Amino acid sequence: MKRWLIWVPLAGFAILFVVVASGLMRPSDTTVRSTLVDKPLPDFRLDPMVPGKPGVASAGFGKGQPRLLNVFASWCIPCIAEAPQLMALKAKGVPIDAIAIHDKGPAIADFLRRNGDPYAAIGDDAHSRVQMSLGSSGVPETFLIDARGRIVRQYIGDIRADQVDRIVRDVAAAR
Amino acid sequence: MSLFLALALSGTAVVDYGNTQLADPRAEAQARALMGELRCVVCQGQSIADSDADMAADMRALVRQRIAKGESPAAIRRWLIERYGDYVSYDPPLSGATALLWATPLLLLVAGAWIARGSFRRRR
Repeated sequence: MKRWLIWVPLAGFAILFVVVASGLMRPSDTTVRSTLVDKPLPDFRLDPMVPGKPGVASAGFGKGQPRLLNVFASWCIPCIAEAPQLMALKAKGVPIDAIAIHDKGPAIADFLRRNGDPYAAIGDDAHSRVQMSLGSSGVPETFLIDARGRIVRQYIGDIRADQVDRIVRDVAAAR
Repeated sequence: MSLFLALALSGTAVVDYGNTQLADPRAEAQARALMGELRCVVCQGQSIADSDADMAADMRALVRQRIAKGESPAAIRRWLIERYGDYVSYDPPLSGATALLWATPLLLLVAGAWIARGSFRRRR
């Protein structure tokens, strides 16, 4: 019997220990990222959600100007928290379109009245179809689509005040 | 007659396939098998068949409608993996990251056979 074989179980345990310990020490991250980042925006077309504001279609993106596409809903609490940041982005000249998930026109109109309206267009995605085709897994999420119609970034969760400047830089870089 | 037709049409338009079975039992069985193997992206750790989340209902509706249109379960799974990554499927494909997962049972079997061979030989 070879002598060194006696150390094999201990070595195996050491490896297992390192794997488990590193797993325990890494903070858990359960966000599901879209795998469409760095890929072209999928084709879609959504009806308008509120009177006086157009719906959203993929054809409106990639026309030489980067745009944000915000996935939101009037029933979503973090979307209220995010609203001032979207208004700030709009004030800095960033065009923002939106798709509303599981929502109704009057509820959206009320939401915009209370929290401000940063959107150039809002599409009605009642059954999350377009949300799924974007690989988005919740509200709010925001996609940055560059001047050539490619998704270049996905911001998951509500946009915080300290993210605004970075997003403005991202938008400028996506020209 | 036209009223009946209108009712029937509006009926099909509002069927909530997230929570309604397909009329064709074969298609429903296919859809159900696939739904059991797709992960709800909101309530992770549950399949979309088990979850009560709105998003899971939307995913079930997507699966049922596409199956009703004749799309294969494999194509629907591929469509979702293209968007959410392998994570969305409970049937992980063979890749660099999962190779060990697939190979471990075989490796353990080989190791077991090798140990068994050694111990039988010693007994003789």
